[in-house]
Amino acid sequence: MERTAAERPVSVGERLRQVSQSVQMDTRLLAMIGAVVAIWAFFEIASGGIFLSPRNLWNLSVQTSVTALLATGMVLIIVSRNIDLSIGSLLAFLGILGGFVQTEVLPLEGTHSWWISILVMIGAGALAGGMQGWLIARFAIPAFVVTLGGLMFWRGAGWLFTQGRTVTPLDTTYSVFGGGSIGESWSWVVGATGFALLALLTAWKRQRRKALGFQVKPASVELAIVAAVGALIAAFVATMNGYDFPRTEDGRGIPVPVLILIVVAAVMIYVANMTRFGRYIYGYGGNPEAAQLAGVNTRRVVITSFALIGALTAIGAVISTARLNAAPLSIGNLLELQVIAAAVIGGTSLSGGTGTILGALIGALLMQSLQNGMVLLGVQSAPQQMIMAGVLIFAVWFDVIYQKRRV
Amino acid sequence: MSQPLVEMNNIHKRFGGIHAVEDMSLELHPGEVVGLLGHNGAGKSTFIKMLSGAYQVDSGEILIDGQPVQIRNPIDAKELGIETIYQTLALADNLDTAANIFFGREILTPWGALDEPAMEHAAIGVMKRLNPQFRKFHDPVSNLSGGQRQSVAIARALQFNARIIIMDEPTAALGPHETQMVADLIKALKKEGIAIVMISHDLHDVFDLSDRIAVMKNGRHVWTGATTETDKDQVLQMVILGKLPDGSYAPGILTSEDA
Repeated sequence: MERTAAERPVSVGERLRQVSQSVQMDTRLLAMIGAVVAIWAFFEIASGGIFLSPRNLWNLSVQTSVTALLATGMVLIIVSRNIDLSIGSLLAFLGILGGFVQTEVLPLEGTHSWWISILVMIGAGALAGGMQGWLIARFAIPAFVVTLGGLMFWRGAGWLFTQGRTVTPLDTTYSVFGGGSIGESWSWVVGATGFALLALLTAWKRQRRKALGFQVKPASVELAIVAAVGALIAAFVATMNGYDFPRTEDGRGIPVPVLILIVVAAVMIYVANMTRFGRYIYGYGGNPEAAQLAGVNTRRVVITSFALIGALTAIGAVISTARLNAAPLSIGNLLELQVIAAAVIGGTSLSGGTGTILGALIGALLMQSLQNGMVLLGVQSAPQQMIMAGVLIFAVWFDVIYQKRRV
Repeated sequence: MSQPLVEMNNIHKRFGGIHAVEDMSLELHPGEVVGLLGHNGAGKSTFIKMLSGAYQVDSGEILIDGQPVQIRNPIDAKELGIETIYQTLALADNLDTAANIFFGREILTPWGALDEPAMEHAAIGVMKRLNPQFRKFHDPVSNLSGGQRQSVAIARALQFNARIIIMDEPTAALGPHETQMVADLIKALKKEGIAIVMISHDLHDVFDLSDRIAVMKNGRHVWTGATTETDKDQVLQMVILGKLPDGSYAPGILTSEDA
């Protein structure tokens, strides 16, 4: 067997460099988490203790879910040097399509109506996204143009479906996806499952690296990290359980939209970091020509990325319409810009190649925290928008400085 | 002489009305370095891209080990053991060394996920052959020096047991020390029986490293022969004028404007 890196003696300087490097990689993320903590602390004080109450945090998590969900897909789109401006309109179209299937095609309140309509929406979303991706990849039409067309097209298509009429009411089972929650015990089960999966993945990586003779972190450090994540998960579940149903002692537990977000985010992080498709998205974003010469089917990668965000848009449409118990044409207006802003605040570079899903999730949380906090403080919606604009530009300015310093 | 590893016979390639390559032939033997020379636009890059799979031949045949083969894309070429190191290196700057070496041919775990530790382990092994001092396995390759980037590009070929390596201007972007490193590397690859086609503008490098020289002009073959049979002046005349060592001109080289 060949000698490996771990067998050669590692000097103290080398080890320090490695440590600083691994921290360096996360400084951006740490700065963002710091910003969220600072914003939370400010609003907690300014609102006189309302902001960090379980009730407000529960609402904040529900408000964040759709933007965050779509931001996970938008990161992959932007990393591969494209953009998707159509998602707000597509979300409205898919919502109306789902409502139409529930109320006109299938019997209202039928046993199977809710899941059939959801499947139709996800299928239509993937198809619509895939078609846009095909136009972009096959005919080299810029994504900006194709999806700007989508922005106009889909809301128009939604209007044609119902002549502008809002579809309401929707199926009662379906409406659980908007504002339902899973109760205290199931929330603990979800938390424990998530923790177990994380611990297993960490253990697998450690064991695999060890088997190949690589240096591994000291067991105590690894355990401390896992324990810290476990504590965070426990705190999250406890908070969600801390918001009781009115006039009872029963906690609501994790909201269904947030549960969906957690599952989607986990899948998307896995896709981005541990699958070929994810690797090709980043590689294509870094150097499209290199991807082509490496024999990557770049056309398929682009089409898949757009089909994926189309499917995510359908899930977002389920949550949004279920929350309103209605599918109006105006839903999802300007959502695409919020989602892009979340991704950009989260460190996704518009020139492609860089950006993480975790960053985009924190970006979405940061924006929603600001908005939620300003509402609590009674800030009018006009100054709210102006402040959000300032935050967006500040975040990108920070990124520019940060990237310059790194080189 | 032994069975040639590669034979490219009577290759033609047109782009619209332009005859980029016209009736060009070349053969390659195991452990041999062939320097392919010519002006910008002489057709050498186009010719070689038909071997690497970036372009397809219009007419003519390619034989590997005496068997006719179809090379329709870069994957076909790689399956035949043909690896290309492009002048631009074709690296994804935002990915690390292992990700670039395995780009397009990742190692997967049994359940279909990327096996990062296995790829990193293999990357360390192959980089040790090329550049024992190399340590920056976790940096994106944009943080590497020119020579280090060149070794990553070469490692990509070695990792997959290339039998034929195409190098497009391997030393163009390198300093003297790094050029020497690449030269040593080419000599080492030769010893392993790998056949190398080297496209270069640098006559010094070509005379230093190649066993045979092939010259192209205006998409056509001018001359092929052993490096020892010729000298730099003769080669320059062939490159610039298409004038053969005996003072005659290669067939089809003289165009009306040259005459």
